[in-house]
Amino acid sequence: MLYFQTWKVILILAACALGVIFSAPNLFQAATVASWPSFVPKRQVSLGLDLRGGSHLLLEVDMASVERERLNGLVDEIRGALLDAKLGYTGLAVEGDHVSFSLRDAGDLNALRAALLKLDPDLDVNLAASGVSTVKFTDTAIQARQRSAVDQSIEIVRRRIDETGTKEPTIQREGEDRILVQLPGVENPEHVKELLGRTAKMTFQLVDTDVAPGDARAGNLPPGDELLPSADNRPGGPQFYAVKRRVMVSGDTLTDAQPTFQNGNEPVVSFTFDSTGARRFGDATSSNVGKPFAIVLDNKVISAPVIREPILGGRGVISGNFTVQSASDLALLLRAGALPAPLTVLEERTVGPDLGADSIRAGTTACLVGVALVVVFMIVFYGLFGLFADIALFFNLCLMLATLSFLGATLTLPGIAGIALTMGMAVDANVLIYERIREEVRGGRSMISSLQAGFERAFGTILDSHVTTLVAGILMFFLGSGPVKGFAVTLSIGVLTSLFSAILVTRLQIVTWLRRSKPKEIPI
Amino acid sequence: MFRPLIIIRKIPNIDFMGLHKIGFALSSLLTLGSIVLFLVQGLNYGIDFSGGIIMEARTTQGPANLATMRSKLDGLGIGEVSLQGFGSPDDVLIRVPRQPGNDQAQEKAVETVKAALGDGIDYRRTEVVGPKVGGELVFKGVMATIAALFAIAIYVWFRFEWQFGVGAMLSTLHDTITTVGLFSLLQIEFNLTTLAAILTIAGYSINDTVVIYDRIRETMRKYRTMDFKQLINKSLNETLSRTILTVSTTALAVLSLFFFGGEVLKGFSIAMLWGIVVGTYSSLFIAAPLLYYIRPRGNPDRKAVLTAPGTPQSPPTPTGPGPGAPPAGRSPGIP
Repeated sequence: MLYFQTWKVILILAACALGVIFSAPNLFQAATVASWPSFVPKRQVSLGLDLRGGSHLLLEVDMASVERERLNGLVDEIRGALLDAKLGYTGLAVEGDHVSFSLRDAGDLNALRAALLKLDPDLDVNLAASGVSTVKFTDTAIQARQRSAVDQSIEIVRRRIDETGTKEPTIQREGEDRILVQLPGVENPEHVKELLGRTAKMTFQLVDTDVAPGDARAGNLPPGDELLPSADNRPGGPQFYAVKRRVMVSGDTLTDAQPTFQNGNEPVVSFTFDSTGARRFGDATSSNVGKPFAIVLDNKVISAPVIREPILGGRGVISGNFTVQSASDLALLLRAGALPAPLTVLEERTVGPDLGADSIRAGTTACLVGVALVVVFMIVFYGLFGLFADIALFFNLCLMLATLSFLGATLTLPGIAGIALTMGMAVDANVLIYERIREEVRGGRSMISSLQAGFERAFGTILDSHVTTLVAGILMFFLGSGPVKGFAVTLSIGVLTSLFSAILVTRLQIVTWLRRSKPKEIPI
Repeated sequence: MFRPLIIIRKIPNIDFMGLHKIGFALSSLLTLGSIVLFLVQGLNYGIDFSGGIIMEARTTQGPANLATMRSKLDGLGIGEVSLQGFGSPDDVLIRVPRQPGNDQAQEKAVETVKAALGDGIDYRRTEVVGPKVGGELVFKGVMATIAALFAIAIYVWFRFEWQFGVGAMLSTLHDTITTVGLFSLLQIEFNLTTLAAILTIAGYSINDTVVIYDRIRETMRKYRTMDFKQLINKSLNETLSRTILTVSTTALAVLSLFFFGGEVLKGFSIAMLWGIVVGTYSSLFIAAPLLYYIRPRGNPDRKAVLTAPGTPQSPPTPTGPGPGAPPAGRSPGIP
C-alpha cells in the first residue's frame, strides 16, 4: 500500500513551505525586502556581474619579479658574507633561479656555508672549492613566499579598492597566483585599473651630488648608486638622477598620507611617518642638511628637494607637478601600502547595467515560457497526474531559488539557462514514473500495485540519470569562470531538488488524492 | 479528475536492430566528418578561448550601419577589426584581435575604437582577455570533458556491467564529438558557455541510454533465452515512448531558451538542442545495438545452453503487447 508516515508528510510539507518562504524575497525589490521585519527571511539571489552590470578583473601577481627581487637581494647578502669571510670570488651574479659565483681559492667552506645559512635558513647552498658555487632558495621557501605575496597583494588590492568607495567589491584568490576582482556597478574600470597597475613602492634616497650630470647620463656610476628617471613627462625625455642605493626611509613606515594644497593652489601630498620612520627620517635629514634627497616611487623620482633643515616631526610634504587627481591617487596608494609585486590584468569584462537588465529580462522570459510549455505538455500527456507533476515543478523552482538565496550563490545568465534547463529535466522523472505505471497497468496489475511498482521501478533509473548530470555539473564547476560556474551551480542544485520534488512531492499528492477521492482507476 | 488528452497506447514495433548497421555507418561518418572538420576548418573560438577584445555596442540614433562603421575602423593599425550584427538592428559586436604588448596596449585599442566610431554609441559590454587564460581554458575544457566521459562510463559500469559502460561512453563520445563538428561546420562561436553545454550534453544524453539499458537488463533477466537482437528491439520499443517524452520536455525548455534567451545564450541553446537530438538517436541506434557486439555477461545467447528448466521462457514473438509474463524475481515489496 502506498503510505506515508505522518512525520514524513510533515517533513515534505515543511521542506516545500521553507522553499516557498525562502524563495519569496526574490519576487520583491531589494529595497522593499530591506524594510521587512527582521524575523522574515530576506536573502535574495545575488546577481552576477553579467546581470547587474559591473566590472570583472582577473589579475595575476608577477611572481617572477618577486623572485628576481629576492635573488638580487641575495647577491648583496652573499657579497657581504664573502667579504666577512675574506674570501676572494669572481662572477657573483643571478643566473636563472639561483645565484652563482666562483671562489678564487679554497677557504673554510663550512664556515662560509654556516654564515650563508645564518643569513637565511631556507637557502640551498652548494659550495665548490673550485668551479662554480650556487646558492638558491628551497622550493618550500619560494612557495611560502609566493603564497604570502598573493595574500598580501589581495589585502593591498582590497584596501585600494575600498579607498575608491566602490560598493560591495569582491576580491578573492583564484588559483595559485591570481586575484579576481569584481566591482558591481562600475562601468568604467579605468581608474581602478590604473590604481591597481601601480606597485606604489616608495622610498626616500639621497641623491649622489658627487656624480657629474654627464656621467649620470652616460651611466657612469660609482658602486652603490643607481640611475633613476624622473616621473614627470617633460619634453625631451625624463631627467635622470644618480641616487644612492641605500634607502633612507621606506614608504612602509608611513602611517598616513593625504592630498592637500601648498602655496594656496598647488596640489601636494602630505604624509606622516610612524615613530621608527620619523626617527630614521630625522637622523638622515639631520646629517645631510643642504643636500638633495629623492622621493622615489616605483623606481621613478617624483621630486628631489634639498634638505633645508632637519625634519624631526615625522611629517612632510611631497610636491611634484601633481594634479588634484594624481595627488589624491598617490595619497590613496601610500595609505593602502605597496604591492609586493606588480599585477597584470589577464582578463577584463565590463557589462553595462542596461545590458544586464536586458539579460535578466530575456532569461526570465525564456524560463517562464519554458515552464509554461512544460506545464501544458505534462497536462496534455498525463492529465491529472501531469498537474501533480506541475505542482511538484513549482515547488522545485521555489526550492532551487531558496537554495540559491540561502547559499548566497551568484546567479548569472548561464545560471538562468540552467534553471530553464532543469525545469525541462525535472519532469523527466515524472515521465519515467508515469510511463512505468502505465506499463504496469497494461500488464494487468491492480491500480495500487501499479502505482507502487511505478515509483519503485523508476527510482533506480531516475537516480542514475541524475547522478550522471550531477557529475557533469560538478566538473563544470571546477572548470568554469564566473558565468559558467553559475550554470554549474544552478544545474547541480536543480538536479538535487528535482530528485526530491519529482519523486516525493508527486508521490505525496498521488497518495493524498487516492485517499480523498478513492478512485476506481488511474487516469493515465 | 481529468484524463490526458493524448495517450500513447500502442507499443511500436520498430526493427532497430535491423537498422543498426545504417546507424553505425551514419555515426561513423558523422564522427569522422566532425573530426576532419575540426582539424581542417577548426572552431570559431570566442574571446574566452582566443583572447582579444570584444565590444558590444548599441547605436543610440537609428539602426547601426555596419558599412559606415567598418570604414571608420579601417586602417587604425590595431589589426583586423570585425563587425557583426548582434540580435537587434541597433546592436553590433566589435572584435579586435589581441594587441601586442601589455594591458595598456589593449586599453589603447579600446580607446582607439571608441574615438574612431565617435558619439551616438553606447558601449554595453567590453571584454579584454589575455592569451594565457584562453589556452588554459582549452586545456581545462578538454580535460573536464574527458573526465566527464570516464566518470559517466565508470558509474554506468558500477551500476550495470562494464559492457554497458563501454556502450555509454562510446555513444556519449559520439554526441560530444558531433556537437563540436556542428560548431565547426556552421562556424558558430564556440565559447565557454558552449563548452558548458557540451559537458551538460555528456551528462544528459546518457539519460535515455540509462533508461534503455535498465530495460535491457530487466528484459535479460526475465527472458533468459530470448534472441539478443529481439531482446534489444523489444526493450527499445517498450521504452520508446518515455525516451521521446523525456526528450521533448527538455527540448521545450531549450527551445524557449533559443527563442527568448537572447544572443548570449544562442550558442548554448544550439549546442543543447543538437545534443538532445543526437543523444536520443545515439541511445537508440548506437548504445543499445553496441551491446549486441560486446555482450554483457548472462546474455541469452551464451546462457541459453545453461538455462535451467523452469526459467520463464520468452514468448515466441517479441511483437506482443508488452510484458505479458509476470515479472520474475525482482518485485520487492509488492503484496
